[in-house]
Amino acid sequence: MKALQIVEAAYRGTIEEQDDTILWLSHAMKGVGADLTVALRGNAVNYAVKGQAAGGLTFGNWHQTQPPDIEQDLTSLMEKGIQVYVVEVDLRHRGIPTDKLVTGVGLLSFDDFVDLIEDSDRIWHW
Amino acid sequence: MTDTPTLTFAFMDPPFETGRTATFFRLLDICARRGYHIKVFAYEGAVALPFSQQKPHANAVHGRDASEENHPLPKDWIAALTEEAERNGGSLNWVNCGLCVDERGVNAAIDGVSRGSPADFWKLAAASTNSLVIPTR
Amino acid sequence: MSFPEYSMHKYLLIESRDPYESGDAEFIPNLATNLARKGKEVTILLVQNGVLPARAKAARGELQNALEAGVIVLADSFSLRERGIADSDIVSTIRAVLLDVVVDAMADGTKTIWH
Repeated sequence: MKALQIVEAAYRGTIEEQDDTILWLSHAMKGVGADLTVALRGNAVNYAVKGQAAGGLTFGNWHQTQPPDIEQDLTSLMEKGIQVYVVEVDLRHRGIPTDKLVTGVGLLSFDDFVDLIEDSDRIWHW
Repeated sequence: MTDTPTLTFAFMDPPFETGRTATFFRLLDICARRGYHIKVFAYEGAVALPFSQQKPHANAVHGRDASEENHPLPKDWIAALTEEAERNGGSLNWVNCGLCVDERGVNAAIDGVSRGSPADFWKLAAASTNSLVIPTR
Repeated sequence: MSFPEYSMHKYLLIESRDPYESGDAEFIPNLATNLARKGKEVTILLVQNGVLPARAKAARGELQNALEAGVIVLADSFSLRERGIADSDIVSTIRAVLLDVVVDAMADGTKTIWH
Protein backbone atom coordinates (compact mmCIF):
# COMPACT_ATOMS: atom_id res chain seq x y z
CA MET A 1 0.00 0.00 0.00
CA LYS A 2 1.48 3.34 -1.07
CA ALA A 3 0.22 6.31 0.90
CA LEU A 4 0.57 9.95 -0.02
CA GLN A 5 0.75 12.24 3.00
CA ILE A 6 -0.44 15.65 1.84
CA VAL A 7 0.42 18.22 4.47
CA GLU A 8 -1.40 21.55 4.18
CA ALA A 9 -1.83 22.83 7.75
CA ALA A 10 1.34 24.60 8.84
CA TYR A 11 2.63 25.82 12.19
CA ARG A 12 -0.41 24.40 13.90
CA GLY A 13 0.61 23.53 17.44
CA THR A 14 4.23 23.13 16.39
CA ILE A 15 5.54 25.12 19.37
CA GLU A 16 3.53 23.13 21.93
CA GLU A 17 4.25 19.80 20.27
CA GLN A 18 7.86 20.68 19.35
CA ASP A 19 7.14 19.01 16.03
CA ASP A 20 4.80 19.19 13.15
CA THR A 21 2.72 16.25 14.28
CA ILE A 22 2.06 14.97 10.76
CA LEU A 23 5.73 14.95 9.79
CA TRP A 24 6.32 13.25 13.13
CA LEU A 25 3.59 10.72 12.38
CA SER A 26 5.23 10.04 9.02
CA HIS A 27 8.59 9.38 10.70
CA ALA A 28 6.95 6.97 13.11
CA MET A 29 5.03 5.11 10.42
CA LYS A 30 8.16 4.78 8.31
CA GLY A 31 9.68 3.03 11.28
CA VAL A 32 7.23 0.16 10.79
CA GLY A 33 7.85 -0.05 7.07
CA ALA A 34 5.21 2.31 5.71
CA ASP A 35 5.55 3.20 2.04
CA LEU A 36 5.04 6.94 2.19
CA THR A 37 5.55 10.03 0.12
CA VAL A 38 5.07 13.50 1.57
CA ALA A 39 3.70 16.39 -0.48
CA LEU A 40 3.64 19.85 1.08
CA ARG A 41 0.96 22.15 -0.25
CA GLY A 42 -0.81 25.31 0.85
CA ASN A 43 0.95 27.05 3.73
CA ALA A 44 2.92 23.90 4.49
CA VAL A 45 5.20 24.66 1.51
CA ASN A 46 6.83 27.08 3.96
CA TYR A 47 8.07 24.01 5.86
CA ALA A 48 10.59 23.52 3.07
CA VAL A 49 12.17 26.92 3.59
CA LYS A 50 15.74 26.98 4.91
CA GLY A 51 16.50 29.08 7.95
CA GLN A 52 13.36 28.58 10.06
CA ALA A 53 14.20 29.32 13.69
CA ALA A 54 11.64 28.89 16.47
CA GLY A 55 13.99 28.83 19.45
CA GLY A 56 14.18 31.07 22.48
CA LEU A 57 10.59 30.95 23.74
CA THR A 58 10.09 31.45 27.47
CA PHE A 59 7.02 31.66 29.70
CA GLY A 60 8.03 32.99 33.08
CA ASN A 61 10.94 30.79 34.15
CA TRP A 62 10.02 28.03 31.72
CA HIS A 63 12.38 27.87 28.76
CA GLN A 64 11.82 25.82 25.63
CA THR A 65 14.88 23.63 25.21
CA GLN A 66 13.69 21.60 22.20
CA PRO A 67 12.02 23.98 19.77
CA PRO A 68 10.64 22.49 16.58
CA ASP A 69 13.17 22.07 13.80
CA ILE A 70 11.01 21.49 10.75
CA GLU A 71 13.91 21.85 8.34
CA GLN A 72 15.82 19.06 10.06
CA ASP A 73 12.69 16.94 10.28
CA LEU A 74 12.25 17.12 6.51
CA THR A 75 15.90 16.21 6.00
CA SER A 76 15.49 13.25 8.35
CA LEU A 77 12.43 12.05 6.48
CA MET A 78 14.39 12.12 3.25
CA GLU A 79 17.33 10.32 4.90
CA LYS A 80 14.86 7.61 5.88
CA GLY A 81 13.86 7.22 2.26
CA ILE A 82 10.69 9.26 2.15
CA GLN A 83 10.51 11.54 -0.85
CA VAL A 84 9.32 15.03 0.08
CA TYR A 85 7.79 17.35 -2.49
CA VAL A 86 6.39 20.87 -2.56
CA VAL A 87 3.64 22.00 -4.90
CA GLU A 88 5.22 24.71 -6.99
CA VAL A 89 2.19 26.91 -7.50
CA ASP A 90 1.79 27.29 -3.74
CA LEU A 91 5.44 28.35 -3.45
CA ARG A 92 4.88 30.91 -6.17
CA HIS A 93 1.75 32.32 -4.53
CA ARG A 94 3.76 32.85 -1.38
CA GLY A 95 6.73 34.39 -3.13
CA ILE A 96 9.11 31.65 -2.01
CA PRO A 97 12.07 31.28 -4.37
CA THR A 98 13.17 27.73 -5.08
CA ASP A 99 16.77 28.49 -4.07
CA LYS A 100 15.53 28.95 -0.49
CA LEU A 101 14.37 25.35 -0.20
CA VAL A 102 15.81 22.56 1.91
CA THR A 103 18.14 20.40 -0.17
CA GLY A 104 16.49 17.33 -1.63
CA VAL A 105 12.90 18.57 -1.65
CA GLY A 106 11.35 17.96 -5.05
CA LEU A 107 9.17 20.40 -6.96
CA LEU A 108 5.80 19.34 -8.28
CA SER A 109 3.75 21.09 -10.89
CA PHE A 110 0.05 20.77 -10.15
CA ASP A 111 -0.15 18.27 -12.98
CA ASP A 112 2.60 16.14 -11.40
CA PHE A 113 0.82 16.45 -8.06
CA VAL A 114 -2.34 15.06 -9.62
CA ASP A 115 -0.30 12.21 -11.14
CA LEU A 116 1.14 11.48 -7.70
CA ILE A 117 -2.37 11.27 -6.31
CA GLU A 118 -3.30 8.90 -9.09
CA ASP A 119 -0.27 6.72 -8.38
CA SER A 120 -0.94 6.43 -4.65
CA ASP A 121 -3.25 3.85 -3.10
CA ARG A 122 -4.27 6.05 -0.21
CA ILE A 123 -4.30 9.82 -0.07
CA TRP A 124 -4.25 11.24 3.44
CA HIS A 125 -4.72 15.01 3.44
CA TRP A 126 -3.75 16.71 6.73
CA MET B 1 -20.34 -13.91 -0.23
CA THR B 2 -19.04 -10.37 0.01
CA ASP B 3 -16.58 -9.67 2.84
CA THR B 4 -17.76 -7.14 5.39
CA PRO B 5 -15.82 -3.94 4.78
CA THR B 6 -13.29 -2.76 7.31
CA LEU B 7 -12.90 1.00 7.27
CA THR B 8 -10.21 2.95 9.12
CA PHE B 9 -10.55 6.58 10.10
CA ALA B 10 -7.96 8.94 11.52
CA PHE B 11 -9.49 11.83 13.44
CA MET B 12 -7.84 14.72 15.27
CA ASP B 13 -10.38 17.09 16.76
CA PRO B 14 -11.12 17.39 20.48
CA PRO B 15 -14.73 17.45 21.72
CA PHE B 16 -16.96 20.47 21.31
CA GLU B 17 -14.76 22.62 19.04
CA THR B 18 -15.71 21.91 15.46
CA GLY B 19 -18.41 20.71 13.08
CA ARG B 20 -16.09 17.95 11.93
CA THR B 21 -16.75 15.95 15.08
CA ALA B 22 -20.47 15.50 14.42
CA THR B 23 -19.84 14.63 10.76
CA PHE B 24 -17.23 12.08 11.79
CA PHE B 25 -19.60 10.41 14.23
CA ARG B 26 -22.34 10.42 11.58
CA LEU B 27 -19.99 8.42 9.36
CA LEU B 28 -19.26 6.00 12.20
CA ASP B 29 -23.00 5.64 12.80
CA ILE B 30 -23.61 4.70 9.17
CA CYS B 31 -20.83 2.11 9.37
CA ALA B 32 -22.12 0.75 12.68
CA ARG B 33 -25.67 0.36 11.40
CA ARG B 34 -24.32 -1.58 8.44
CA GLY B 35 -22.32 -3.87 10.72
CA TYR B 36 -18.99 -2.84 9.27
CA HIS B 37 -15.71 -3.26 11.09
CA ILE B 38 -14.65 0.23 12.06
CA LYS B 39 -11.16 1.19 13.13
CA VAL B 40 -10.51 4.61 14.57
CA PHE B 41 -7.06 6.04 15.18
CA ALA B 42 -7.61 9.04 17.42
CA TYR B 43 -4.73 11.46 17.09
CA GLU B 44 -3.99 14.61 19.07
CA GLY B 45 -7.14 16.29 20.41
CA ALA B 46 -9.40 13.41 19.43
CA VAL B 47 -7.96 11.30 22.25
CA ALA B 48 -10.20 13.32 24.57
CA LEU B 49 -13.33 12.02 22.85
CA PRO B 50 -13.48 8.80 24.91
CA PHE B 51 -12.39 10.50 28.16
CA SER B 52 -14.45 8.83 30.86
CA GLN B 53 -14.64 11.92 33.09
CA GLN B 54 -16.81 13.99 30.75
CA LYS B 55 -19.84 15.29 32.67
CA PRO B 56 -23.15 16.69 31.43
CA HIS B 57 -24.43 20.03 32.67
CA ALA B 58 -27.63 22.05 32.88
CA ASN B 59 -28.45 24.91 30.56
CA ALA B 60 -29.66 27.91 32.51
CA VAL B 61 -30.01 30.04 29.38
CA HIS B 62 -32.68 27.63 28.18
CA GLY B 63 -34.02 26.81 31.62
CA ARG B 64 -33.12 23.12 31.38
CA ASP B 65 -31.64 21.02 34.15
CA ALA B 66 -28.88 18.56 33.38
CA SER B 67 -31.31 15.75 32.76
CA GLU B 68 -33.48 17.81 30.44
CA GLU B 69 -30.49 19.23 28.60
CA ASN B 70 -29.17 15.75 27.90
CA HIS B 71 -25.91 17.30 26.83
CA PRO B 72 -24.02 15.18 24.29
CA LEU B 73 -20.89 13.57 25.61
CA PRO B 74 -18.70 11.97 22.92
CA LYS B 75 -17.74 9.17 25.28
CA ASP B 76 -21.41 8.11 25.24
CA TRP B 77 -21.50 8.30 21.45
CA ILE B 78 -18.52 5.97 21.25
CA ALA B 79 -20.10 3.51 23.68
CA ALA B 80 -23.42 3.58 21.79
CA LEU B 81 -21.75 3.11 18.42
CA THR B 82 -19.68 0.23 19.73
CA GLU B 83 -22.88 -1.49 20.84
CA GLU B 84 -24.60 -0.68 17.56
CA ALA B 85 -21.76 -2.07 15.47
CA GLU B 86 -21.66 -5.28 17.51
CA ARG B 87 -25.44 -5.64 17.38
CA ASN B 88 -25.17 -5.65 13.61
CA GLY B 89 -22.31 -8.12 13.43
CA GLY B 90 -19.55 -5.55 13.13
CA SER B 91 -17.16 -3.86 15.51
CA LEU B 92 -15.69 -0.53 16.56
CA ASN B 93 -12.06 -0.61 17.56
CA TRP B 94 -10.99 2.80 18.96
CA VAL B 95 -7.26 3.34 19.36
CA ASN B 96 -5.99 6.44 21.15
CA CYS B 97 -2.51 7.68 20.29
CA GLY B 98 -0.78 7.06 23.61
CA LEU B 99 1.59 10.00 23.63
CA CYS B 100 -1.26 12.32 22.72
CA VAL B 101 -3.17 10.93 25.72
CA ASP B 102 -0.25 11.45 28.07
CA GLU B 103 0.41 15.06 27.15
CA ARG B 104 -3.28 15.91 27.55
CA GLY B 105 -3.76 13.94 30.76
CA VAL B 106 -6.84 12.17 29.45
CA ASN B 107 -5.69 8.71 30.40
CA ALA B 108 -9.05 7.68 31.87
CA ALA B 109 -10.85 6.42 28.79
CA ILE B 110 -14.07 4.43 28.66
CA ASP B 111 -13.87 0.64 28.50
CA GLY B 112 -12.90 -0.81 25.17
CA VAL B 113 -10.59 2.01 24.10
CA SER B 114 -7.03 0.92 23.54
CA ARG B 115 -3.76 2.81 23.54
CA GLY B 116 -1.56 2.77 20.52
CA SER B 117 0.91 4.60 18.35
CA PRO B 118 1.29 5.84 14.77
CA ALA B 119 2.40 2.36 13.85
CA ASP B 120 -1.13 1.23 14.65
CA PHE B 121 -2.63 3.71 12.22
CA TRP B 122 -0.48 2.30 9.45
CA LYS B 123 -1.25 -1.30 10.38
CA LEU B 124 -4.99 -0.64 10.68
CA ALA B 125 -5.10 1.23 7.39
CA ALA B 126 -3.04 -1.38 5.58
CA ALA B 127 -5.43 -4.11 6.71
CA SER B 128 -8.60 -2.18 5.82
CA THR B 129 -10.78 -1.95 2.76
CA ASN B 130 -10.20 1.79 2.79
CA SER B 131 -9.22 4.65 5.05
CA LEU B 132 -10.07 8.32 5.51
CA VAL B 133 -8.15 11.02 7.32
CA ILE B 134 -10.23 13.88 8.71
CA PRO B 135 -7.64 16.44 9.76
CA THR B 136 -8.00 19.29 12.17
CA ARG B 137 -7.50 22.92 11.16
CA MET C 1 -30.29 15.68 -15.54
CA SER C 2 -29.34 12.15 -14.57
CA PHE C 3 -26.57 11.40 -12.13
CA PRO C 4 -24.42 8.28 -12.45
CA GLU C 5 -24.32 6.13 -9.36
CA TYR C 6 -21.68 7.60 -7.09
CA SER C 7 -20.15 4.18 -6.51
CA MET C 8 -18.87 4.22 -10.09
CA HIS C 9 -16.73 7.26 -9.37
CA LYS C 10 -13.10 6.65 -8.57
CA TYR C 11 -12.48 9.72 -6.46
CA LEU C 12 -14.67 11.19 -3.78
CA LEU C 13 -13.44 14.59 -2.68
CA ILE C 14 -15.17 15.78 0.48
CA GLU C 15 -15.19 19.57 0.77
CA SER C 16 -16.01 20.84 4.24
CA ARG C 17 -14.77 24.40 3.62
CA ASP C 18 -16.60 27.21 1.92
CA PRO C 19 -15.08 29.74 -0.49
CA TYR C 20 -16.14 32.75 1.63
CA GLU C 21 -14.05 31.96 4.71
CA SER C 22 -11.37 29.65 3.36
CA GLY C 23 -8.39 30.81 1.35
CA ASP C 24 -7.92 27.28 0.07
CA ALA C 25 -11.35 26.72 -1.42
CA GLU C 26 -9.98 26.43 -4.96
CA PHE C 27 -8.03 23.28 -4.18
CA ILE C 28 -10.76 20.66 -4.34
CA PRO C 29 -12.51 22.03 -7.46
CA ASN C 30 -9.13 22.43 -9.19
CA LEU C 31 -8.08 18.92 -8.23
CA ALA C 32 -11.42 17.55 -9.37
CA THR C 33 -11.26 19.37 -12.69
CA ASN C 34 -7.71 18.18 -13.31
CA LEU C 35 -8.63 14.58 -12.51
CA ALA C 36 -11.72 14.78 -14.70
CA ARG C 37 -9.72 16.15 -17.60
CA LYS C 38 -7.39 13.15 -17.23
CA GLY C 39 -10.43 10.94 -17.67
CA LYS C 40 -10.92 10.04 -14.01
CA GLU C 41 -14.30 9.68 -12.41
CA VAL C 42 -14.64 12.35 -9.76
CA THR C 43 -17.35 13.37 -7.33
CA ILE C 44 -17.22 16.30 -4.92
CA LEU C 45 -19.36 16.00 -1.79
CA LEU C 46 -20.02 19.26 0.02
CA VAL C 47 -20.45 18.95 3.78
CA GLN C 48 -20.77 21.37 6.70
CA ASN C 49 -20.15 24.96 5.57
CA GLY C 50 -18.99 23.51 2.28
CA VAL C 51 -22.68 23.40 1.26
CA LEU C 52 -23.05 27.19 1.40
CA PRO C 53 -22.18 27.66 -2.29
CA ALA C 54 -24.95 25.25 -3.25
CA ARG C 55 -27.59 27.96 -3.16
CA ALA C 56 -28.70 28.84 -6.67
CA LYS C 57 -27.61 32.46 -6.43
CA ALA C 58 -24.39 31.85 -4.48
CA ALA C 59 -21.01 32.80 -5.86
CA ARG C 60 -19.41 29.43 -6.50
CA GLY C 61 -15.95 30.38 -7.76
CA GLU C 62 -13.91 27.41 -8.90
CA LEU C 63 -16.71 25.03 -7.95
CA GLN C 64 -18.64 26.38 -10.93
CA ASN C 65 -15.68 25.51 -13.17
CA ALA C 66 -15.69 21.98 -11.80
CA LEU C 67 -19.40 21.64 -12.52
CA GLU C 68 -18.84 22.86 -16.06
CA ALA C 69 -16.01 20.35 -16.48
CA GLY C 70 -18.46 17.55 -15.75
CA VAL C 71 -17.55 16.86 -12.14
CA ILE C 72 -20.50 15.51 -10.16
CA VAL C 73 -21.18 17.73 -7.15
CA LEU C 74 -23.30 16.46 -4.30
CA ALA C 75 -24.29 18.13 -1.02
CA ASP C 76 -24.93 16.50 2.36
CA SER C 77 -28.63 16.82 3.05
CA PHE C 78 -28.16 17.21 6.80
CA SER C 79 -25.69 20.07 6.33
CA LEU C 80 -28.16 21.75 3.97
CA ARG C 81 -31.07 21.36 6.38
CA GLU C 82 -28.93 22.54 9.27
CA ARG C 83 -28.35 25.77 7.33
CA GLY C 84 -31.96 26.20 6.19
CA ILE C 85 -31.16 25.46 2.57
CA ALA C 86 -34.20 23.77 1.05
CA ASP C 87 -34.00 21.53 -2.00
CA SER C 88 -35.72 24.27 -3.96
CA ASP C 89 -32.92 26.70 -3.02
CA ILE C 90 -30.14 24.55 -4.47
CA VAL C 91 -28.72 25.09 -7.94
CA SER C 92 -29.99 22.39 -10.28
CA THR C 93 -26.50 21.06 -10.99
CA ILE C 94 -25.92 20.04 -7.36
CA ARG C 95 -27.84 17.15 -5.78
CA ALA C 96 -28.63 16.68 -2.10
CA VAL C 97 -27.67 13.24 -0.83
CA LEU C 98 -27.32 11.30 2.39
CA LEU C 99 -23.87 11.07 3.97
CA ASP C 100 -24.05 7.36 3.20
CA VAL C 101 -22.37 8.17 -0.12
CA VAL C 102 -19.08 8.49 1.74
CA VAL C 103 -19.36 5.06 3.31
CA ASP C 104 -20.55 3.56 0.04
CA ALA C 105 -17.56 5.03 -1.77
CA MET C 106 -15.08 3.93 0.88
CA ALA C 107 -16.48 0.40 0.93
CA ASP C 108 -16.19 0.36 -2.85
CA GLY C 109 -12.49 1.25 -2.71
CA THR C 110 -12.94 4.75 -4.08
CA LYS C 111 -10.07 7.08 -3.18
CA THR C 112 -11.61 9.39 -0.63
CA ILE C 113 -10.05 12.67 0.46
CA TRP C 114 -11.32 15.08 3.09
CA HIS C 115 -10.57 18.78 2.75
